[in-house]
Amino acid sequence: MVRFVLNGKDMQIDAPPDRRVVDLLREDLGLTGTKEGCGAGECGACTVLVDGETRLSCLMLAVQLEGRQVTTIEGLQRETGAGLHPVQEAFVEYGAVQCGFCTPGMALSAVRIIRRNPDPTRAEIREGLSGNLCRCTGYVKIVEAVEAAAWKMSNKPPEKPAKDAAP
Amino acid sequence: MKKELLEVGYAVPRQDARAKVTGEEKYALDHYPENLLWAGAKRAGVAHGRILEIDFAAAEALPGVFAVLTRKDVPGTNRQGIVHKDQPVLAGERVRHRGDPVALVLAENREVLAQALSLIRVEIEPLPAVFDPEEALKPDAPRIHERGNLLLHAKIEKGKAEEAFSECAVVVVETFEAPCQEHCFLETENGVAWQEPDGKIVMIVSTQAPFRDRFEIAHALGLEAGSIRIISPYLGGAFGGKDGATVQCLLALAALHAQGRPVKMWWEREESFAAGYKRHAARMYYRAGARADGTLHALQCRLYYDSGAYAHLGGEVLELGMEHAGGPYRIPHTDIEGWCVYTNNPIGGAMRGFGVCQVSFAFERVMDLLAAKLGLDPLDFRLKNALQRGDRNCTGVTLVHSTGIVPCLEALKRHALWTGREKWKLSAGPFKKRGAGLAAVFNAMGYGRGLPDSAVAKVEFTPEGRFRIYSGVPDMGQGNATAFLQIAGEILCQDASRLELIQPDTERCLPAGSSSAGRTTYTFGNALIRACREMKAKLCHRAALVLMADEERGFALLPGKVRHLPSGRDVDLDFLARLLPEADRSSVGQTVMPVSQDVPDTGKGFIIGFPHVFFSYAAHLAYVEIDELTGKIEVREYLAVTEGGRVINPQGFEQQVHGAVAQGIGYALMEQVALDQGQILNPNFADYLLPTSLDVPDIVSVSVETVEPTGPFGMKGIGEVGANAPVPAIAGAVEDAIGVRLTRSPFTGGRVLSMLEETP
Repeated sequence: MVRFVLNGKDMQIDAPPDRRVVDLLREDLGLTGTKEGCGAGECGACTVLVDGETRLSCLMLAVQLEGRQVTTIEGLQRETGAGLHPVQEAFVEYGAVQCGFCTPGMALSAVRIIRRNPDPTRAEIREGLSGNLCRCTGYVKIVEAVEAAAWKMSNKPPEKPAKDAAP
Repeated sequence: MKKELLEVGYAVPRQDARAKVTGEEKYALDHYPENLLWAGAKRAGVAHGRILEIDFAAAEALPGVFAVLTRKDVPGTNRQGIVHKDQPVLAGERVRHRGDPVALVLAENREVLAQALSLIRVEIEPLPAVFDPEEALKPDAPRIHERGNLLLHAKIEKGKAEEAFSECAVVVVETFEAPCQEHCFLETENGVAWQEPDGKIVMIVSTQAPFRDRFEIAHALGLEAGSIRIISPYLGGAFGGKDGATVQCLLALAALHAQGRPVKMWWEREESFAAGYKRHAARMYYRAGARADGTLHALQCRLYYDSGAYAHLGGEVLELGMEHAGGPYRIPHTDIEGWCVYTNNPIGGAMRGFGVCQVSFAFERVMDLLAAKLGLDPLDFRLKNALQRGDRNCTGVTLVHSTGIVPCLEALKRHALWTGREKWKLSAGPFKKRGAGLAAVFNAMGYGRGLPDSAVAKVEFTPEGRFRIYSGVPDMGQGNATAFLQIAGEILCQDASRLELIQPDTERCLPAGSSSAGRTTYTFGNALIRACREMKAKLCHRAALVLMADEERGFALLPGKVRHLPSGRDVDLDFLARLLPEADRSSVGQTVMPVSQDVPDTGKGFIIGFPHVFFSYAAHLAYVEIDELTGKIEVREYLAVTEGGRVINPQGFEQQVHGAVAQGIGYALMEQVALDQGQILNPNFADYLLPTSLDVPDIVSVSVETVEPTGPFGMKGIGEVGANAPVPAIAGAVEDAIGVRLTRSPFTGGRVLSMLEETP
């Protein structure tokens, strides 16, 4: 039995400990937004956030999720309350999506870049995305989208409930 | 959803982007029907040999194995192939490359499947093998197919090339080699299929050609094409690699033996490398001459394309290579000869730039070398010889349609990156050298003569008052679905909330050919225009009936309604929608792309697909910086000027240019399927390097808008042309920077460094 939080929901899953996380998500839980492009940790299509860090779900086993907070692309909208996350919005608006197969992993990597550095340079964005392969876009519009999302997020931070405000 | 009209000419964000960015979009890979079986192929692992025995007793006995199938279980011809049916579904007697499938296993899960495949023992007696196309043409070369190793040989002659060389002031002779390139779409080949109780095979598959797939499967397995239904959702990339059967025939065979259970086949990355199609490796012998006044005068070239073990579209790929061998220039005398040859290498096939990528490398480098010999500016030399409408191209075909290489070159010449290049080159840091390189390229659109490039489009007015477009051509990521919605929105004057698009399904949509050849939006778009115009006329007519108007004139289809302009009275679309009977809800349009009327004699060489009459054009400029210590090339700036008629969606246009350039940069700098005796040494992304976000600069895309009157709203396809220029542009920039002449791609740091060291 593996216990973890998936997209804000408590999960208790009876999965073999050596079940790959990507299979657990896609096949067992039907969360097919997480993609698999190589199965060897080289393409980044299977990227998910584990405790806020980007992780490759094709290289993780179910047992490694014990006690963790996992966010998949399906859970990204939740983080902003309603509608698309600013990163998702920017991907749509700036044309960062073509075939879209790298998009979920790419978007999650973008979220982490901005969380770590709210005002990244283009070079920092390129560095931060370099673990996610995209064969369609040439990355230009993806970089533009991440830049735009970062700008939007730092200028208009989502409203926080008062109790979360700094003392 | 925003109430904005979907119209042609606007940078409308992709209509599928939202579902893709939230993970909701279901690709073929995302289908896991209940109770499914997994199918997998046992691969030969021998480049050329005779199968003596396939022992699968241990695999069959493994708990969880549902069936093990071999050649004898294949009904029908067991042969697949788009033009030449020479590729077995399951090899029975011979294997011709390492990736040939020899057995198919159906298992309850992937773990059992992998174990079962490892338990199959295949005894193959190795036969002498050949891995080079020129070697394979020698009389004593091992024979790979019964009819020999020559898939196609053709010759294009115009004027008198041999004599013309004596009239040239300068002549350049050079040999170029370009390697095999892998598509590397992130969604590998996959699908699910099942057999319905009535015997019908239903398949959801990642494919560029759903309608053709039915015939491929039917021919190979002895089935009725009408008993096969293909559904093709959005693809996770394809670039030509999913044009033709990949999993389709194996999956249909599995479904025939699965007792109604759904079967899923999904090639792992390494299997995709081993068994998938690739860009053909090519060796190109060039000799070109120009007169003292700077006009191109003669061209002679000999092209060898490595088809690998099977034909796929090898002959047609070579044909496009030959057709583009002279570049977008006027050359009075040409002598172009090509051979597409079987070897025991992996299978060559369609890939963005379809044979043109390779010759563009050769021809554009030759142009630079001729310009240097003549002491001319490379851009002016190109402009002077650039094709214009009314000219004959290098095959002798008269260009009667839009021909925009001159405006591309002129726009490039005016651009700050061109005028500022010398200044940029001077500011290189220590141990760095900078250079700028240029390339002018073109790419044919459509299937060419002999294979009707046709499409049938259907639009339906639903009972809910929405317009449903039944697309017959898949969207592999190039954005044609959004272009179709814009075309429909433009004619029907509706916003996105009233428009929807059904992805290809051979049971619901109408035949529209493949998503390929730069023809997807051109051909289907033209058919869709007809369907939408008919729909518009129909609704105006029905509204006239409702309003009891004396005549149909004066009616306009507007967002959500039809208005009688003279009286100002409206009929709501919702009302009309409830009124119309089922039989009155659809309109269908069909078109065939025009073909060339002057057809040069190529001997008996080309059967189909030659010549073409429509071309898109591009002129590219690359800024590169070379590290003198490591030889590593970095592309620092990149300008792509493209002519593709009118632009339906500027954002989609740029996306295609960026993507094509990035693939071209990869092909120039790092991509090569490394082969040793037919074995792929780098069948994964750790060893086969793809450009990452750190390898591609901020590409600047400029559109030179002309108009192609036969195209939908004046457009031509531009998805491929951009892939052809980066290799020569980067090679030119390297020569500009360090004087090293690169004639073999990719231009890896090691290769550049060793050439630098050889240079005195």
